[in-house]
Amino acid sequence: NSMTVREALNAAMEEEMIRDESVFVIGEEVARYNGAYKVTKGLLDKFGEKRVIDTPITEMGFAGIATGAAMAGLRPICEFMTFNFAMQAIDQIINSAGKTNYMSGGGMNVPIVFRGPNGAAMGVGAQHSQDYASWYGQIPGLKVVSPWSAEDCKGLLKAAIRDPNPVVFLENEMLYGVSFPMSPEAMSDDFLLEIGKAKIELEGSDVTIVAHSKMVAHSLEAAEELAKEGIKAEVINLRSIRPLDIDTIKASIKKTNRLVTVEGGFPAFGVGSEICAQVIESEAFDYLDAPVERVTGADVPTPYAANLELLAFPDTQTIVKVAKRALYRTN
Amino acid sequence: KLHEDSFRAFNCELPELDVEVTKDQLIGMYRDMTLMRRMEQACGQLYQAKLIRGFCHLAIGQEAVSVGLHNGLHPEDYIITSYRCHPFAVLRGGSIKGVVAELLGRHGGMSKGKGGSMHIFTPTFFGGNGIVGAQVPLGAGLALAQQYKGQDRCAVAMYGDGAANQGQVFEAFNMAKLWNLPAVFLCENNKYGMGTSAERSSMNTEYFTRGDKIPGIQVNGMDIIATRQAIEFARKWTVEDKRGPILLEYVTYRYGGHSMSDPGTTYRTREEVQRMRSTQDPIHGLQKYIEEWGLATEQELKQFDKDAKKTVDAAVEEAKASPEPPVGLLWTDIYQPGSEPKFMRGREREEIHHF
Repeated sequence: NSMTVREALNAAMEEEMIRDESVFVIGEEVARYNGAYKVTKGLLDKFGEKRVIDTPITEMGFAGIATGAAMAGLRPICEFMTFNFAMQAIDQIINSAGKTNYMSGGGMNVPIVFRGPNGAAMGVGAQHSQDYASWYGQIPGLKVVSPWSAEDCKGLLKAAIRDPNPVVFLENEMLYGVSFPMSPEAMSDDFLLEIGKAKIELEGSDVTIVAHSKMVAHSLEAAEELAKEGIKAEVINLRSIRPLDIDTIKASIKKTNRLVTVEGGFPAFGVGSEICAQVIESEAFDYLDAPVERVTGADVPTPYAANLELLAFPDTQTIVKVAKRALYRTN
Repeated sequence: KLHEDSFRAFNCELPELDVEVTKDQLIGMYRDMTLMRRMEQACGQLYQAKLIRGFCHLAIGQEAVSVGLHNGLHPEDYIITSYRCHPFAVLRGGSIKGVVAELLGRHGGMSKGKGGSMHIFTPTFFGGNGIVGAQVPLGAGLALAQQYKGQDRCAVAMYGDGAANQGQVFEAFNMAKLWNLPAVFLCENNKYGMGTSAERSSMNTEYFTRGDKIPGIQVNGMDIIATRQAIEFARKWTVEDKRGPILLEYVTYRYGGHSMSDPGTTYRTREEVQRMRSTQDPIHGLQKYIEEWGLATEQELKQFDKDAKKTVDAAVEEAKASPEPPVGLLWTDIYQPGSEPKFMRGREREEIHHF
């Protein structure tokens, strides 16, 4: 059995909409157009206009409307055509969805999922290529998920929809069409993955590579390259940005004594920066035999030209190089 | 019969000027308004005594808005408003003690002391929102939920004349009309957004006309019978007649500054405030009706004032007696119980809270 990421996301929404009458989808082009990236394809036909709602191009407005509906007891899935456009709505996500439960002393919860593609796409220039994981990852009150595989997407999106808190669900456009094997459990209607739990995609003993979203694929490719040189890399798929599964990272460091973080976001104040800080603050620091290495997007607005764009994001070779540096093998 | 100038309409009929109200209703509204004013005055005093921290926005002068709305709505209808929220929190199921304790940062506050002056909620009152204008799409979302669930209710999304220029207000108008949501958009025009007068902020100060295809009514927001009549009209419009959203503009006035840190005198004259107080006051206005119609004697009304003071004083004492929230509450309500992360970090690496 296999499924594309797109199909997995679609199945997750469909199953949860069947299960729970209060779940609905709202966003730009989600209904008649079948989704700008076809993630909501077929949902309008199955559930009708009441539960699959096309909005005008007004992110702040519909993010607020979805949040208000959640306050009144519904479970909206608010799709942003991309998370770049969610910047228009970030106040509603953080201030209205993220903080209301706390400000009300637990009196008003906001069970909502904000989802859509995040991170660099290809050839779309600076305003449409950015990773927001660290932006939302900073906010107490939000949960932030950044899945990689089809299994991740299905299990985590279903968990996000059932979660009683606001969840920011960061997909990746480049992965939508990628097919992954699906276990029989993952195909089931009740397949849930715990938000806040990382997955060790590949076990190894020499160096830990921690990545999320599309960077998991590059990290696994890098691990294959490293294996040819006899280096056994352990690859951790974070799955969740907040809560961050630091325990899994620390346990891996204790085994490998080396850590490389990989992300598509800008380097400053990023996911890798946070992992570094948390490792340094913990007993795992004493197990490190080399400084933590970060592989990140470059500190530049995303360039359009193909050759420049290649230099702006991590690739497999960069990860291989940096992992070897962490092992003091520079040849 | 209401004064002929009570309403102006935009693309819809006017509410009836002939209004039936019972003696009990009038007396009840008088008592509510007196109580709300007393509470706000007490909050002002507590602020001046430095017992209330941070922001504190009082609605003194605007009592006919909150009390009129509450009396014209059904108990299950929703209200959401901006930061000037104390009377709504009380009227929609809260308590004066709960509000005052919240302002004092006490455990007995309606948000356990964790929300503060701008963030108070009840099952039918959705705050108390600190970001100017953000509550308007939230209010449209409340209406969407009511429509989705097939409830015959409405949601009143309130905002001030200052917030009326926020882009997301118009985004909410657009979608509410497009989807025929049972939303009542209510512009509480108290003439000033902080220190900027409506004329200095808005190209069109007739806020009831700014909904484009959404009809609107301008209401004398200093006359409680008019405010109640208008919300009943709006409720019938959107809930019973299912004619979609409607926009109300309640023209009112705040006697105090924008917040406690604003004396409220640099951008308007003392004479203006004095004139509004002496000629337009909503409580005096209702008092006149009551006296004209012989519903209560001056003596009885004075007794109501005394009762209100007594009620508020007792609530303040009760609030003051409430302890500060236990320090463990720092960590609760970030996430729903049972769905928290394993732990969260405090100020340094050894300050870790495990759930």
